[in-house]
Amino acid sequence: MNDLQELYREVILDHNRRPRNFGELENADRVVEGVNPLCGDRMKLFVNLDGELVRDIRFTGAGCAISVASSSLMTERAKGNSVGELRSLFDQVHEMLTGDGTGTGLDLEEMDKLAALSGVRAYPTRVKCATLAWHALIGAISGSQDRISTE
Amino acid sequence: MSAIGSVAGSTRSAGIAARRADFPALQQQVHGKPLAYLDSAASAQRPQAVIDAMVAHERRNHANVHRGVHRLSQRSTDAYEGAREKVRRYINASGSDEIIFTRGTTESINLVASSFGGMRLGPGDEVLVTWMEHHSNIVPWQMICEQTGARLVAAPITDIGELDMEAFHRLLCDRTRVVASVHVSNALGTINPVREIIEAAHGVGAAVLLDGAQATPHMRIDVQALDCDFYAFSGHKAFGPTGIGVLYGKRALLDAMPPYQGGGEMIRTVTFEKTTYNTLPCKYEAGTQNITGAVGLGAAMDYLSGIDFAELARHEADLLDYATERLMELPGIRLIGTAAAKASVISFTLGDIHAHDLGTIVDMEGVAIRTGHHCAMPVMERFGVPATARASFALYSDRSDVDQLVTGLNRAAELFL
Repeated sequence: MNDLQELYREVILDHNRRPRNFGELENADRVVEGVNPLCGDRMKLFVNLDGELVRDIRFTGAGCAISVASSSLMTERAKGNSVGELRSLFDQVHEMLTGDGTGTGLDLEEMDKLAALSGVRAYPTRVKCATLAWHALIGAISGSQDRISTE
Repeated sequence: MSAIGSVAGSTRSAGIAARRADFPALQQQVHGKPLAYLDSAASAQRPQAVIDAMVAHERRNHANVHRGVHRLSQRSTDAYEGAREKVRRYINASGSDEIIFTRGTTESINLVASSFGGMRLGPGDEVLVTWMEHHSNIVPWQMICEQTGARLVAAPITDIGELDMEAFHRLLCDRTRVVASVHVSNALGTINPVREIIEAAHGVGAAVLLDGAQATPHMRIDVQALDCDFYAFSGHKAFGPTGIGVLYGKRALLDAMPPYQGGGEMIRTVTFEKTTYNTLPCKYEAGTQNITGAVGLGAAMDYLSGIDFAELARHEADLLDYATERLMELPGIRLIGTAAAKASVISFTLGDIHAHDLGTIVDMEGVAIRTGHHCAMPVMERFGVPATARASFALYSDRSDVDQLVTGLNRAAELFL
């Protein structure tokens, strides 16, 4: 059961069971839809910006535990952060989920709860489940896209 | 625990039980557990005999077919055409010129949609499919309907996943030119009443294409007895290799239809003014074909010819019953597709656990299942689920595979529910 617990850590199970910031955000400045066509994971991200700051962020959707937990953890972390901080966080998360571990600048301590997602790296078919929310976040704060696909 | 020892109490005879040993891929461990391969509906494993036939061809006989006068070309041509004859015999076509080699079911359907559909369809005409089609029997028809102005119509399915025959008969009309139906549903396991479908379609003058991808590994196909106009299937779901498949078509139709692709092999004479086409089956086989794939498919036909299909039907029915019974013990289980006539395919959901989580968790128990929409999004929509987990059984599956699956699902329930 050890391998499974490495992937489905308590934090992941908890955020899947009780996703934080779940629901629509009325009068959102940015709305981005994220889909993972292979899995059918689907999420909608609502963001309110205050200048460069993410004032509020919520999401809706349905997906596997990894994708729901990742969305929940992402919103929890993103709230109150600046667009610049989130861009650099995205790079770190991306490195954690897909890198070979030799990348520089990855500080698991700084990742805090997000480190719970690192178990995904051993499951290449599930990486996209975890990255979907983060791609949606970048789409939202860039204001460049209203639809994100992992494919 | 041996495969045979674990099925005490099964009605299975040694004939089918011994078959598991023919499949080398099944003799391995995954994550430290014996492999329980329950994804045969996506792609079946190959018996040693198929692997051997392909290796032997590659090692000794490979050359291009139908052209060289040299010895290897002759051997290769004999092997390729020999495979065609094996397919003909296996599905009881009246002639081997009615057997067209394609890349698989998808290409076979595209060929018919494009060539037959292009010739026969026009504005106001209809193509009738069912709600349980694989995308490969929807999209090619949508494409040709767009080009020709014809309309795609889908016959609904019932809550247990059977084709609603009343609605089917109502939707079938004098505008229907083609009925394209799956023989056995990949997502639900439903075996469709294809004789009734064919007879009714012919009653209004419509041609019938059957998608036989999921039927060929489970039952004996007789295209003449069925009287279908086209029958499509894939090598890799019937214990052969990928990249090779079959389109059976009635000779008169194949003769009347225009070629699908142009190129070498499919021509008789070429000038810049005019090309005359080759006769069947070469007319539909432009370019150098998947020769080794055909040889492998021929070997798979040989292998299936050695199977007692009555015994296989009993074996698979026993497995389906056993699996259904064991799965129903799990709290929160929901079976998607419980048709009275059903092949050994079980689609299910467990509580609100997402299918991909189930797939990952049972994989850790050495169990391979398919998770997702199974290329049948309308079916998922019909049952209001984004995805299902699907366990599919083949002649080499046994009760120990089911037991392993249930162990894995219990793990998932412990973790999530």
